[in-house]
Amino acid sequence: MDPITVTAQWLADPAQWEGPNGIPARLLEHLYISGVSLGIAVLVALPLGLWIGHTGRLSWLVLSSANAWRALPSFAVIGLLVPFTTRIDPSLGFTLYPTVVAMIVLAGPPILVNSYEGIAGVERDLVDAARGMGMRERQILFGLEVPLALPVIATGIRLAAVQVIATATLGAVFGFGGLGRFIVLGDANQDNGELFGGVFLVAALALITYGLFVLLERLLVSPGLSGRTAS
Amino acid sequence: MSTEPLVRWDWLAAHLGPIAGRVEQHLYLTVIAVVVGFAISFLLAAVSVRRRRLYPFVVVLSTAVYTIPSFAIFVVLIVVSGPSVFSAEVPLVMYTIVLFVPNIVAGFDAVPWDVIDAADGMGFTSGQRWWQVELPLALPLVVASIRLATVSTIGLVTVTAVLGDSLGGLGYYILDGYHRTFTTEILVGGLLSIALAVLADLALVLLQRVLTPWVIAREVAR
Amino acid sequence: MESEAVASARARLGNSGAASLEFRGVSKRYGSGPDAAVAGTPGAVNDLSFAVPAGAICVLVGPSGCGKTTSLKMVNRLIEPTSGQILLDGVDVQTVEVTALRRRIGYVIQQVGLFPHLTVGRNVAVVPALVGWSKERQRARADELLSLVGLDPSRYRGRYPAQLSGGERQRVGVARALAADPPLMLMDEPFAAVDPIARAGLQDEFLRLQKELAKTIVFVTHDVDEAIKMGDLIAVLADGGRLAQFGAPDEILAHPASDFVARFVGVDRGLKRLSLRTVADLKVEPAGSSDGLPTFVPATKLRDALSILLVADTRGGIALDEAGKPRGLVTVDEIASALADEPAGTETRK
Repeated sequence: MDPITVTAQWLADPAQWEGPNGIPARLLEHLYISGVSLGIAVLVALPLGLWIGHTGRLSWLVLSSANAWRALPSFAVIGLLVPFTTRIDPSLGFTLYPTVVAMIVLAGPPILVNSYEGIAGVERDLVDAARGMGMRERQILFGLEVPLALPVIATGIRLAAVQVIATATLGAVFGFGGLGRFIVLGDANQDNGELFGGVFLVAALALITYGLFVLLERLLVSPGLSGRTAS
Repeated sequence: MSTEPLVRWDWLAAHLGPIAGRVEQHLYLTVIAVVVGFAISFLLAAVSVRRRRLYPFVVVLSTAVYTIPSFAIFVVLIVVSGPSVFSAEVPLVMYTIVLFVPNIVAGFDAVPWDVIDAADGMGFTSGQRWWQVELPLALPLVVASIRLATVSTIGLVTVTAVLGDSLGGLGYYILDGYHRTFTTEILVGGLLSIALAVLADLALVLLQRVLTPWVIAREVAR
Repeated sequence: MESEAVASARARLGNSGAASLEFRGVSKRYGSGPDAAVAGTPGAVNDLSFAVPAGAICVLVGPSGCGKTTSLKMVNRLIEPTSGQILLDGVDVQTVEVTALRRRIGYVIQQVGLFPHLTVGRNVAVVPALVGWSKERQRARADELLSLVGLDPSRYRGRYPAQLSGGERQRVGVARALAADPPLMLMDEPFAAVDPIARAGLQDEFLRLQKELAKTIVFVTHDVDEAIKMGDLIAVLADGGRLAQFGAPDEILAHPASDFVARFVGVDRGLKRLSLRTVADLKVEPAGSSDGLPTFVPATKLRDALSILLVADTRGGIALDEAGKPRGLVTVDEIASALADEPAGTETRK
């Protein structure tokens, strides 16, 4: 039987849609953990990036984190965290922690780098003019720099979101749940329907997330900025 | 839970040969992907620059590929063509193309128009202009993209471990170590693959400096 | 004071001679079909005809969109004319293979367009490299030219363009255009991107160079004062690329051919004419007592002399001769009468 038919059959099977190992359960698992990780990463990295961009201090942190991020294979990160998290909390760590920690760690740099670049990319003349008019630092940051930097910052969050979903998928190899589980189980059980079903679901989730973020960016960015500000 | 020490040095000492073999495999898989990917990307980029209308199409396609988690794509390939180097290389090459094409196009777009005007006015043929002016000036971004693609591929090679024991480079140790709850193996696989990526990054930064000395000059002049 | 290097460079530089240039009925239309408007289309050119003798500087000047840059670019065929001919030493440029043509014409643009990835030395030697000179000859030539434009080769040849100031880049651009010793040079607002003080310096140096090299030069600018200072001949272009007037600077200032030209050269064209003449040209009266009177060396421009006299509020000033000895008295009336003379250079040229 060809892959498409098998997958379609698997997806159509009502048994797949119920229970703790069903599609909805796994999907929610995936989304929940992704959302939480992204949220934590944003809470930490975004303010940090804005601050570094505005004051210009500690900018080496951004550069090294960008380089580190590129050089860290997510597979290695999750794998390396497993032995350490199991030592911390054997009952919980095995399924949840390594992947989540990896997700947060890997989502941080894109947000940090892009927030920094967005703020630092605002023309100095504009900032000087604002300062000269008597705006306070906080007003400059939130009233001028952030709105102008929004496209770049939003892109960074989008990159992080895609990264998080991919890392969660990979985590299934290390015992994590989520939609990646179907791929791993399908491979183990030689069940092509489940395997390709998982692939389909994962791909769909990633693409839809990407699309939603693009839409969000369109809505959030001021119409006066339909092009790029710098360059 | 376990009374085992974190690192079993004796295992390490006994397995230096196989480890080196895995490093070699890791590099081998990376180099093939980057070289093949670059060749294909260069052609695609050249076409995109001449036929601008095709370019958005290329961008959309490559973004879609990049967004889909690599793990999923690798597994699809096992099923389709079994656990082989080919199965590993197809996704690896695809991912490098995704990184290369936009950057190569951007590199050529970045050549200042007044330089092109001056070159035409001085009597360069279009071939000479491309070789002697446009290509060198596109080089910084192109080399930067080679750096990015290489480091990213090193990371992805670790994922190929899911394709089977014969592949994966250093990723093999990560996966095997996980399955056997053998920390030493995980550390070897994980730390070495990170080290490999960092070293490659440094080496390529040096290459960037060597190939484009005028970029340094600009930084200094500021 | 010229350094020895510059002096010997001047002595050694060959001059392959200068070419004459002629525009015959040259037009450029944009758009197609009978509706293609020529007048009013920015950059269009309409039936341009004038002749530039070898060794002269011809300035194309006019408001934005009058087609001056378009006309310039039709000489080295970066833009092809819709009709008409451009003759270089009597040869229609359309009949010459285009890259060979361009390698024989020096080309300087406003942004200079130096190649960022080449050192200054290699930049200057671009065209010689293209036509196949040996490495030694290229390097020697680059050094000569750098000296000529006032840049010490040992300090500049290894630098990159990003490390130079705007004025230095302009000089390198000029050196680069001269490298293959072309008989004709095209310059498109070459000094516009530089601050006024540096610009004046560059203009003066260029005129000095031209005295040595006597190249044929077509120079585009939107600045009337620059046109008057630099040009032996001026072509004033109006909207739509029509030739409004062609002639020597003094002629155009003294007898503007239309209201447009009169407005373009400015209401102070009388004063502008005064800057084309010097005290050496004036007749003098007997001096009498010369106490407390300002003195003028022969090279003093009449415009400056007038300005000094107006401020000094004396009956006149003392003109000196080349040796510095007093020649006689010059008065404001005497200066004013200089304007009554017929413009210099009105005798017809080929």
